[in-house]
Amino acid sequence: MTLTAEHATLPVLGRLPIHSSRAEQIGHIAEAAKQIRIQDLKLVHHAGAGHIGGDFSAIDILATLYGAVLDISPDTVNDPERDRFILSKGHVAGALYTTLAAFGFLPVEELATFLKPLSALNGHPNRNKVAGVEANTGPLGHGLPIAVGHALSAKLDVSLRRTYVLAGDGELQEGSNWEAMMAASQYQLDRLTVIVDRNRLQQGATTKETNDLDPLPEKAAAFGFAVVEVNGHDHGELLDVLSAVPFRPGKPTFVIAHTHKGHPISFMSNNVAWHHRVPDAAEFQQALRELESPRRELV
Amino acid sequence: MTLVETPSIADQPRYDCRDAYVETLAQLAEADHRIVGVVNDSVGSSKLNSFRKAFPDRLINVGIAEQDMVGVASGLANGGRIPFVSAASCFLTGRALEQIKADVAYSNTNVKLCGMSPGVAYGELGPTHHSIEDIAWLRAIAGIRIIVPADPIETAAALRWAAASEGPVFIRVSRMSVPKVYSEDYTFELGKAITVREGNDVTVISNGTVLWRALAAAELLAAEGISARVLSMPTVKPLDTDAVVAAARETAGIVTAEEAVSSGGLGGAVAETVVQHHPARVTILGIPEFAPTGSAGYLLDRYGLSPEGIATAARKLLH
Repeated sequence: MTLTAEHATLPVLGRLPIHSSRAEQIGHIAEAAKQIRIQDLKLVHHAGAGHIGGDFSAIDILATLYGAVLDISPDTVNDPERDRFILSKGHVAGALYTTLAAFGFLPVEELATFLKPLSALNGHPNRNKVAGVEANTGPLGHGLPIAVGHALSAKLDVSLRRTYVLAGDGELQEGSNWEAMMAASQYQLDRLTVIVDRNRLQQGATTKETNDLDPLPEKAAAFGFAVVEVNGHDHGELLDVLSAVPFRPGKPTFVIAHTHKGHPISFMSNNVAWHHRVPDAAEFQQALRELESPRRELV
Repeated sequence: MTLVETPSIADQPRYDCRDAYVETLAQLAEADHRIVGVVNDSVGSSKLNSFRKAFPDRLINVGIAEQDMVGVASGLANGGRIPFVSAASCFLTGRALEQIKADVAYSNTNVKLCGMSPGVAYGELGPTHHSIEDIAWLRAIAGIRIIVPADPIETAAALRWAAASEGPVFIRVSRMSVPKVYSEDYTFELGKAITVREGNDVTVISNGTVLWRALAAAELLAAEGISARVLSMPTVKPLDTDAVVAAARETAGIVTAEEAVSSGGLGGAVAETVVQHHPARVTILGIPEFAPTGSAGYLLDRYGLSPEGIATAARKLLH
């Protein structure tokens, strides 16, 4: 079974009017997150590959960024003054492609080509092939240094454009992140925001069992960041924090978004087996039912 | 009366290519505000103190952190800057190889990587500090142009070319003093060999710090009646295939001579080309092992990269 155009049924969401209320923004993000998850589930199920656990961990963050935070649109995708978003955990490319499609950067039908021969939609994103992708990521620990470079360029330009980077928590085991954090602090890049998708699971085990990151807030603070912790599935909390950059003048921001891998699917959530497992037909149907249930608990 | 002989290339004044590097970079930065330097604490070893003084905001020092340095350069390029990364080639290419692959080459970002003090320039500091593998490592990565200038004129010309061209470039910048090989009106052209000496018996293909030694070898051979063609090959990738094939066809064989490991570098590129297009005898001169302690000059001589060593290799091809 392969993904075809009939499976790519995501409604394209426009941008909200500039003076939308917080409630309207949160509603917009929630609807986007729901639709992105449904489409991403189809993407991974029909392609027979992907990283659905990490996708679902990050989708509320992506929906918040693209739905109400980033100053970027399909019309400004090459504007030098656009905000930048860099997906450091590049293996959740499926979630990024689906998000970009949801907000009109990518034709929805193109999602049907995900992982197919010659598709632009590789298992890890490519900036030269997909509009809206800022960096070719996949190997871990690359996004944050690139984001620091971009934030430096904005500072040299005396520009107000902002840089956001989403990193996985297991990914922080790569030393390059800590090199980049030192530089971000040294250069006082207060328009740089690192968002850590803190689901506490890596490929085969918990981060704690593997190479424990805690105390992560204290470590980030010691590296000169303003540290904020949020529920990474609460759109209101995410919206408030990600809109409030710089969180502390002179300091880059480190948002620890507490999430669950596979959220909110009952049998996937916080289950290490779902790092890159593909749902079978029964699991696909159950996950779809759960996502489409109007009374679904968000958190 | 005494005849004044034309001095051999070996007797010409010598120059540190880093001086041409920093002078040219400053000129480029003066003319184009997008140009920035990115270093890993290597301000002094890159001779960039004067650049830092002239453009304090535009010399970004990330500290001793090469992976971050190359990632930062990629991000700067994303923001519209033209970063010239300047770091000891051994650490730039070795420690940040994956960043060079993913963030620069595969991402096709407008980053200029300048590998300082390459080859065995750090002679006595030993193989950890020798950068003989850099060319072979980078040749394996698609989408990155590799330039190995031979003198200060070519170093400056390559930098000007890199600043004006879009996309990833790696340039080796020597600290070993070399005589000038080119005249001041030299213009760098990517992927083109330069016949720096005509000859029909045998061909020597070289670049970087070894090119003048190849010319000196040709002088030795000429005194014996052997006509050696000397091809300068500043661009290792993309290689000038036509010039290599012509040399294979028109002369008895090819000697390659470079300050790099003797597998996967210029010699490897020439051998791959010859085998596929016009099989011919090729002798590859380079550094085949982790070198013992010794000065850079001593080590080059030890591995047959002296004028006499190159001439010997050429003579063997003729017999």
